[in-house]
Amino acid sequence: MITIINYGLGNVQAFANLYKRMSVPAKIATGATDLDGATKLILPGVGAFDHAIELLDASGMREVVDDLVMNRKVPVLGVCVGMQILAGSSDEGKLAGLGWIEGRVRRFDESRLPRPARLPHMGWNDVVPKNGVRLFEGLEQDSRFYFLHSYYFDCASNDNVLATSEYGMAFNCAVGSNNIYGVQFHPEKSHNYGMRLLKNFAEL
Amino acid sequence: MLRPRIIPSLLVQDKGLVKTVGFSNPKYVGDPINVVRIFNEKLVDELAIYDIDATVRGHEPDYRMLENLAVESRMPLCYGGGVKTVEQVKTIIGLGIEKVAISSAAVSNPNLIADAAEAVGSQSVVVVLDVKPRPRGSVYEVWTHNGKVNTKRTMLEVAAEAEKLGAGEIVVNAIEKDGQMKGYDLELARQINAASKVPVTILGGAGSLAHIEELIRNFGVIGIAAGSLFVFKGVYRAVLVNYPTIKERDQLLQGLVQLA
Repeated sequence: MITIINYGLGNVQAFANLYKRMSVPAKIATGATDLDGATKLILPGVGAFDHAIELLDASGMREVVDDLVMNRKVPVLGVCVGMQILAGSSDEGKLAGLGWIEGRVRRFDESRLPRPARLPHMGWNDVVPKNGVRLFEGLEQDSRFYFLHSYYFDCASNDNVLATSEYGMAFNCAVGSNNIYGVQFHPEKSHNYGMRLLKNFAEL
Repeated sequence: MLRPRIIPSLLVQDKGLVKTVGFSNPKYVGDPINVVRIFNEKLVDELAIYDIDATVRGHEPDYRMLENLAVESRMPLCYGGGVKTVEQVKTIIGLGIEKVAISSAAVSNPNLIADAAEAVGSQSVVVVLDVKPRPRGSVYEVWTHNGKVNTKRTMLEVAAEAEKLGAGEIVVNAIEKDGQMKGYDLELARQINAASKVPVTILGGAGSLAHIEELIRNFGVIGIAAGSLFVFKGVYRAVLVNYPTIKERDQLLQGLVQLA
């Protein structure tokens, strides 16, 4: 079953509601034992990098999640800060990330933003997926998602980039490596576009 | 391309949604959850909900209501009203609300902005300033407690301080335009837009899509908030929740696309 990791950040219930709407079985995990039987994981998040890592550590789920993802290859989708903590480190914090996808989370370079340079990058923006990415099936044309962030995922390898968006420069808004996926935007708050992406994730 | 955000801004009083004129005469509009459901269907960009009782009566935010709204909403939500402590900010973000608005506390206890930004990230910290121009001038002052208390501080000074402390968005609400539906205060928008390096949102005065288009034409990617426009229809202000379609929104952007 799709299991949404509730470590105290992000809108876990919004994901659960959308899956209910789509008649896809999903549940919320608040402790390690709730992760039994997880066939897909969603790692949501809102807020600051270090706060997210601290809460995940404190949730008692990190070790089990790590085992599910790294050893048992259960697909995982990180969202917003839940995506950023897939990286090894961030300009925003001092703590180490999960390090599942090689790269560093960087702050947008204000000198490259359109004048006046405004951060955070906030609102609905176009997303351009790479060809053949199953997560974006049906979203190849004219898809828009809601963004709310000042940092982006700078991948060590271009192979891990699944989609880009543009804010002063092209930046990676979806990353992936084998069973690990992450999106910077909020699919749970992006209406039918987000529902399609979450459905695609469910069907991977 | 990043799009301007068109944001219905709803007021909560006694658990119901209301709409005011000049910050007075609240008129009942509907049940918050029902209105959120309607806005879901209309694929709204973003939604803001302000509890206008909380600060005045010294209430805690209504967490149960916020949780229900966050669960129901398929669009990003901002909540404001009675937010005084960083614990409240964390609780609200934890419920699944994307942004928390700090208003009177931004003046009385500006360090809350810094503490909130540190705890939940700047992107989730919004400062809402209710403003009014000084008599015979274009200097705007910040008012609190539903427009009843003049802080005597200028909008630009408070906004600059808020930004420096870590606010991720500045919303300015033109008290005298509230509910008038005769158009935005473009001078207000010009001043705050030019002075800020964070996204800004203008609230107060929208009465038609032409008013929205006017803001886009002048300021490009900007937050465009409205209350009455999205809940009333016609001269008798009959309650009818409405919002432009995706196609109508894209048409509003045509001037902007040519600029880019």
